Amino acid sequence: MSEIKFTIDGKECTARAGQTIVEAASSSGVYIPTLCNYDGLKPAGACRICTVSVAGRNMAACTTPVASGMMVENNTPEINDMRKSIIEMLFVEGNHMCPVCEKSGNCELQALAYRYLMLAPRFPYLWPRRSVDASIPKLYKDGNRCIQCLRCVRGITAADGRKVFGLVDRGGRVRIGHDPELAASLGEEQAKRAMELCPVGSLIRKGVGYAVPIGKRKYDGTPIGGELERA
Amino acid sequence: MSKPVVATASLAGCFGCHMSVLDIDERILTLIDLVEFNKSPIDDIKTFTKQCDIGIIEGGCCNSENVENLRLFRKHCKILIALGECAIMGGLPAMRNGIPVKECLEEAYLNCPTVDDGIIPNDDELPMILDRVYPLHEIVKIDYYLPGCPPMADLIWNALVALLEGKPLDLPYEVVKFD
Repeated sequence: MSEIKFTIDGKECTARAGQTIVEAASSSGVYIPTLCNYDGLKPAGACRICTVSVAGRNMAACTTPVASGMMVENNTPEINDMRKSIIEMLFVEGNHMCPVCEKSGNCELQALAYRYLMLAPRFPYLWPRRSVDASIPKLYKDGNRCIQCLRCVRGITAADGRKVFGLVDRGGRVRIGHDPELAASLGEEQAKRAMELCPVGSLIRKGVGYAVPIGKRKYDGTPIGGELERA
Repeated sequence: MSKPVVATASLAGCFGCHMSVLDIDERILTLIDLVEFNKSPIDDIKTFTKQCDIGIIEGGCCNSENVENLRLFRKHCKILIALGECAIMGGLPAMRNGIPVKECLEEAYLNCPTVDDGIIPNDDELPMILDRVYPLHEIVKIDYYLPGCPPMADLIWNALVALLEGKPLDLPYEVVKFD
């Protein structure tokens, strides 16, 4: 397989044919923030936090394949501010109460807000009325925190390949629904994976609670993407 | 030269952010040397006696008294700091925001399991409850935000010292947290 050469912010990078910008950047030690993207899942291009500029055009780095000679702009003030505004929008259009969230410290949305130093969102809070569903035996599903990244929809399937979660309704009322029977059959391991897949605290395992103390959680000391940049 | 004057207030909050101010430990002795406190629960001065340089406000606005107090602070302080999650986004009191006020009041004062023959308080002396809890910046202009529930003592200290010395705010990754 021939190697493709391209640049990110002037840095020469190489990629294999078919790799997306996010994948190629990651193997070259360049961090591009992602939320809806997850290793092993088909990219959805849903959250747009990975937006980069190629030849003056903004595109989602998780769904765009690398092309030879591509000049990608990633870490520029304009793009970073746009990413910050996406994070702020996600914060105001849900009910993200970090102090009462079990995922706090391990939450990717919160970690991105830390990384881009969001102190207060520039948009007004919308306070949507969303529901909490505790009907699944091993998980509870909190619509308040859901950012509709579809990671649970793409990643959690029953043994026969059927999807456990799916989108319900449209527009502003869109939410994650589930198949009651399939969801009831989720085992401990699958519940754990569902909680890991969810970048925010929308899918929380029952009967576990605050397992890791403050100060020792994933993003307490290291910013998201920090490992990649140090490597 | 006279010392910078600082005022603080707790609106719809739990006083945890003020506790975090006290958490700066022995540095509070330095702080007292550096600044003069005006209206604040720390010294129990109830009304402004002069114009202040820095106003630090904890808690969001959940009733008419909070709004009045906040506007008073904006009028009397050159710089206004929103301290903590409630001041910045409404915090825990804002958990009522998706629910109509009528439903909230009925749940608390009429239908709550521990209530017998309840009435919804309606005395003229009581401040009017707002339709929802508002963060400070949706009511007045806020100059600085220090997040956290409560904000870490080091964050408050770093920010105050930077402001007093006229330097840019120091916000290291380890101390800026939302929880």
